[in-house]
Amino acid sequence: MTDKEQYKVHKEPFYQPQSNEIKLYEAAYRSRLPVMVKGPTGCGKSRFVEYMAWKLDRPLITVACNEDMTASDLVGRYLLDANGTRWLDGPLTTAARIGAICYLDEIVEARQDTTVVIHPLTDHRRTLPLDKKGELLEAHPDFQLVISYNPGYQSLMKDLKQSTKQRFTAFDFDYPDAKLETAIVAKETGLDEETVAKLVKIGATARHLKGHGLDEGISTRLLVYAATLIKDGVDPVDACRMSLVRPITDDADIRDTLDHAIDATFA
Amino acid sequence: MAEVKTKYEHPLMKGYREQLNCGFPQVADVFDDCMEEALSILSKDGVDAYLEAGGFLCRMGRGVEPALIFLEEWPSTAKRLGESALPLVMEFIRKMYKSPNGKAIVPFLQSMAAIARRLPSREQMQDYMDLALNFMNRTTGSIHGIHTTFASPGLPGFYAQTPYLLSQISLQGLKNWVEYGIRNYGDHPERQIDYFSLQSADSKAVMQRERHGTLLVDNERKLDMYLRGLWEHHDYLVPYSLGFDELRKPVPYYDKLGIRLPDVYDDFNGIAGIDRYRATLAHVMGHKRWTTPIFADNFSPFQRMAIEFFEDARIEHLAIQHYPGLRRLFIALHPRPVEGACDPETTSCLRFRLAMLSYALLDPEHGYQDAHLKDFVARFHEIMSKGESSTEDIAGLAISYVARTRRQSDQLARVHFDDTEIDYRDDNRHMWRFHEQSDDEEMFDDHRKVEWEEEPTGLPPRHYPEWDYLSQTFRPDWVSVYEALHPKGNASDIDKLLAKHDALAKRLKRMLDLLKPQEKVRIRYQEEGSELDLDIALRSLIDFKSGSSPDPRINMSHKTSGRDIAVMLLLDLSESLNEKVAGADQTILELSQEAVSLLAWAVEKLGDPFAIGGFHSNTRHDVRYMHIKGYSEHWNDEVKARLAAMKAAYSTRMGAAMRHAAHYLESQKADKKLMLILTDGQPSDVDTKDERVLIEDARQAVKELDQKGIYAYCINLDPKADEYVSDIFGKQYTVVDNIQRLPERLPELFMALTK
Repeated sequence: MTDKEQYKVHKEPFYQPQSNEIKLYEAAYRSRLPVMVKGPTGCGKSRFVEYMAWKLDRPLITVACNEDMTASDLVGRYLLDANGTRWLDGPLTTAARIGAICYLDEIVEARQDTTVVIHPLTDHRRTLPLDKKGELLEAHPDFQLVISYNPGYQSLMKDLKQSTKQRFTAFDFDYPDAKLETAIVAKETGLDEETVAKLVKIGATARHLKGHGLDEGISTRLLVYAATLIKDGVDPVDACRMSLVRPITDDADIRDTLDHAIDATFA
Repeated sequence: MAEVKTKYEHPLMKGYREQLNCGFPQVADVFDDCMEEALSILSKDGVDAYLEAGGFLCRMGRGVEPALIFLEEWPSTAKRLGESALPLVMEFIRKMYKSPNGKAIVPFLQSMAAIARRLPSREQMQDYMDLALNFMNRTTGSIHGIHTTFASPGLPGFYAQTPYLLSQISLQGLKNWVEYGIRNYGDHPERQIDYFSLQSADSKAVMQRERHGTLLVDNERKLDMYLRGLWEHHDYLVPYSLGFDELRKPVPYYDKLGIRLPDVYDDFNGIAGIDRYRATLAHVMGHKRWTTPIFADNFSPFQRMAIEFFEDARIEHLAIQHYPGLRRLFIALHPRPVEGACDPETTSCLRFRLAMLSYALLDPEHGYQDAHLKDFVARFHEIMSKGESSTEDIAGLAISYVARTRRQSDQLARVHFDDTEIDYRDDNRHMWRFHEQSDDEEMFDDHRKVEWEEEPTGLPPRHYPEWDYLSQTFRPDWVSVYEALHPKGNASDIDKLLAKHDALAKRLKRMLDLLKPQEKVRIRYQEEGSELDLDIALRSLIDFKSGSSPDPRINMSHKTSGRDIAVMLLLDLSESLNEKVAGADQTILELSQEAVSLLAWAVEKLGDPFAIGGFHSNTRHDVRYMHIKGYSEHWNDEVKARLAAMKAAYSTRMGAAMRHAAHYLESQKADKKLMLILTDGQPSDVDTKDERVLIEDARQAVKELDQKGIYAYCINLDPKADEYVSDIFGKQYTVVDNIQRLPERLPELFMALTK
């Protein structure tokens, strides 16, 4: 049996609720309803799931989805060993066996045929057929499936099927408002609120440019990076360039505008 | 005065006068003054050379004017260039004198001092004179190629404009400007005069291109982002030119049509041009956000001026609170009036006082001592410390300032303007509302007849540059392209054409099926893959068990191979398409129609994004681009109807049409972009005699497309195409000799290209 403890979240992660999402999640978990968390990158989706796992005291198994991921990466596969072959459970199977919360991060990145394997786990059946192994796995009563996805860069190719979407309850996340975001970044990094407020303002600048050359605005996560660098003694202007501007754009015009915003904010 | 006069009648002066050896009486009026200046600047030898040169100019038979101007201008010129530059200048004048361009000597001498101010070294002056000499030699006309007999038409105008030109562009820029003028107008005297006296649009455009500084057009996107990003606002940025209005410099302003900004900003006081634009926009945005218009009727002009200064300071104060970095920009761009520079006894100083106050409100370390000023700075900051305040409140403060500091001399006509113009601020026209529209008792404006403006038909023209291969430069905004929807005909005609080619269509369909995106492709022998490849795995296992080292590449993965191609088909619709094909009763146009219909049908089946445009031209001022099918349109009756109405006329200006088509194709999101150009002859137009020009331009356009990631491919129906088509398209072309087979060749070519 897999060690449950290794998947547990032992230390309380810092999470600042934006509204009543904690209560709603608890309600969903009571009925073991599958949950979908939507929102732009770096707005706190993963942190929220981590926090809930800690709060509910359940193991959390996170899978970062990618294009190459196949059903067997989720379910499990045969491996070779000295005596022949051996079955290894995939993360989804493990979670279903031990009663963990299975969190599939950025689910749209996975191929559509892959996402279909979660279907039987997300309706009344709560089973996972392991056809290669010839086993029908009954999910543990504590098992819950959570997926996240970022509707921001959804293209025609990267969208969830309706049949997948309609198996989930959903939370819509967004970047918190300036005041709350300031509080979050300040708490997370220990940087003074005044400087953080300036960072948040630069973040807002970039978010206004979304759709005008930027696919995504500056995320809360990047603001945390910037604040961390500043806290470490890096010059604020350099820290912002390094952590807020350079990562998000290669477009010279946007870079220039954001650089100017930094100069204008940190006089 | 008497003492000075005796000095002038000094015998030495008489000696100089004789040395000059010039009989014109007019010289006497200025000679003494000029001599006095010359003696203070030039050495002994310099004075001798000066007088000798003056004498030469006097006696060369061009009247008194050259000598007078020289005597007046040389000393100040020599001060900058050094007197050793005189032989250089004289040699140049002699050259002009010997050519038919004697008339240009006067304008040259007149501009000499001003040019020396711009080019304050001998080397630069030498460059400039070489340039002028080259210009003169190339534009002076000759008969039978032996004697130069006609004066250069552009030269006098050129000298007159040079000081201004050099204030706007560098010497290198001037060279390019002259070069362009000579090349394009060398044998057209009237247009040459227009060009070199900066009258023609072309001349201004070329100058604009050579200007130094930050051009608005180059930075519009950045500034748009600045507005969106920092001020959450979007507005149109409309440039106005600072270049051609010497008397009244326009000031930035905004109205409901957009924000008006100068077309160019030079770097100033350590602030880059782009930041000057940003400062101006920040100021304007401040007004937009915080200014509420107030009624102007009850204020005197002085009060209004003061209110404007205070309001500007208020909104900048608020803007700085949001973006502290703006303070540095504003301070650097704000003039810094020197306390006491304005004499209140003789001059109206209100404007000056306000500029000082405005600076003090911006810069806490202003260092001014004036008590009123300090008092009002304190009161201003007290008001602002309470919040945003309002236009109304600040107007109250402004009025009490005017009342407190009023002086009788404020009414004087002589106003102190130095250091009071704050050029990044707008003219505040938006701040004022008026109860009465005019002071006149009767208003005639209201009864003005409403004139019906004609609705514009079609889109406004787009301008494209054209490549001039002789100079290896672009002619700016040379070609005007008008785009319009192609008129409609009968869609069923196209259906009939397709029915006629039914058999061919069936064959094409089979080829299309092969081209369609194949489903998953398996990639084997992967060390890391999505699935175990059992065959290989077992082989490895056997290897392993038998003691040899197993192949670790036992996985496989999949990839889907898809098509991602956007296509633009550009049809040449010039007159020559109306010719009958040899040995058939169809015209090239009809065959093209059939071919395009089949191709469009085929591409629609494939599902690639596809657009069709047609073009022809009637001189560079009228290149027509006909929209037949857009990317968002399907192959439906509407498109078929346009295709059915295809008509051929005029000529083939290919480069401009390609550039225009490219801007649609460019914005398509696709891995591969293909532009097919179907033409029946070489690029040509009635206004271009040199046939290489348009060929080279088209070649340049192909290069541009290449840079944009667009693959241009030409399908040429001209049997003689070999002479030029490879010059334009390199190897990217096919010549279809048997035009009758075009309907099947075109779709086949397309598929071969995109396989």
